[in-house]
Amino acid sequence: MCNKHVPVRKGSDMHVPDGFLDAPTSVATAAVAVAGVGLALSRARRELDDRTAPLAGLVAVFVFAAQMLNFPVGAGTSGHLLGGTLAAVLVGPWTATLCLTVVLAVQALLFADGGITALGTNITLMALVGVWAGWLVFVGLRRVARSAGPKVVPALAGVAALVSVPTAALAFTALYAVGGRAPIPLGELTAAMVGWHTVIGIGEGVITLLAVGSIIATRPDLVHGARGLLSARPLQIRTEVPA
Amino acid sequence: MTTAPRQPITTPRLVVAGLVVCVVLAAIVSFWASGHPDGLEFVAEKLGFIDSAGEHATGDSPLADYGVAGIDNARLSGGLAGLIGVVVVAAVAFGLMHLLRRRGTTDDQD
Repeated sequence: MCNKHVPVRKGSDMHVPDGFLDAPTSVATAAVAVAGVGLALSRARRELDDRTAPLAGLVAVFVFAAQMLNFPVGAGTSGHLLGGTLAAVLVGPWTATLCLTVVLAVQALLFADGGITALGTNITLMALVGVWAGWLVFVGLRRVARSAGPKVVPALAGVAALVSVPTAALAFTALYAVGGRAPIPLGELTAAMVGWHTVIGIGEGVITLLAVGSIIATRPDLVHGARGLLSARPLQIRTEVPA
Repeated sequence: MTTAPRQPITTPRLVVAGLVVCVVLAAIVSFWASGHPDGLEFVAEKLGFIDSAGEHATGDSPLADYGVAGIDNARLSGGLAGLIGVVVVAAVAFGLMHLLRRRGTTDDQD
């Protein structure tokens, strides 16, 4: 089975459909999402300038494309990139929140991927928890490995991306504990969600490492997460012809 | 293939190259994506809460579930849906980032 029309596919990994969570929980996550995205709209301005804005657009498109590519993780299960850490390291966490929000909104409204009433939940889990958990782990690792310079940024991003996936899964479990509509033993749910999403996180880490690595290799000056690491290097004169 | 290693690729070229990669992934490679239930679906099926998922409000969208309604060929239908998705996300994301950006650059280049 390799196309997207298998009836069982109602959504993608970590895309919560309508009906999993009760109305109060959905309203609460929608409020969190509105507040988070609102804050991101004002803060992202600091991260975006004429140079980085086009990269931010590209990052959103890449996350959308990569989320279509479910990879098998064994036992008849698949996963796909969440992309929060990848986006945060490349263009900054506030801008990453906006990138993921655009992707999730288009997926829900156009492709019936992720519920409409669950859009706030999905933004909370992927555009807020996924992005910020990954970014904070990345910043922590970068502090430890600062002397190694920009070369280690892709590896640090990969590790942070791995951690971000089970973290987002844990956040879903917490929401389910509060507002899940079907009664499920919480211990079992937590173990299954975190277990499978740790395996999916390995794929997340590898894709993030490769994607961040490709930009670090070509234009390290554009990578938000490498700032400060680059300033320690001597300036070099570039003879660039504007396109 | 550029031969000058110290000559960094310009931002517009990088973005265009990246977009080409995205189109290839969304419109072509996506055909081979795994159709297995994903992590959340799998857990929901195993633990028995998959049925609490309601009908999707945009489930009858002509692009629902990454296919174009009326096109029977799975490769064409899914590929076209992926391409449309890339165009829509690009339009919204590039537009939004362009509106939000600070004018000029903090450091030069380009």
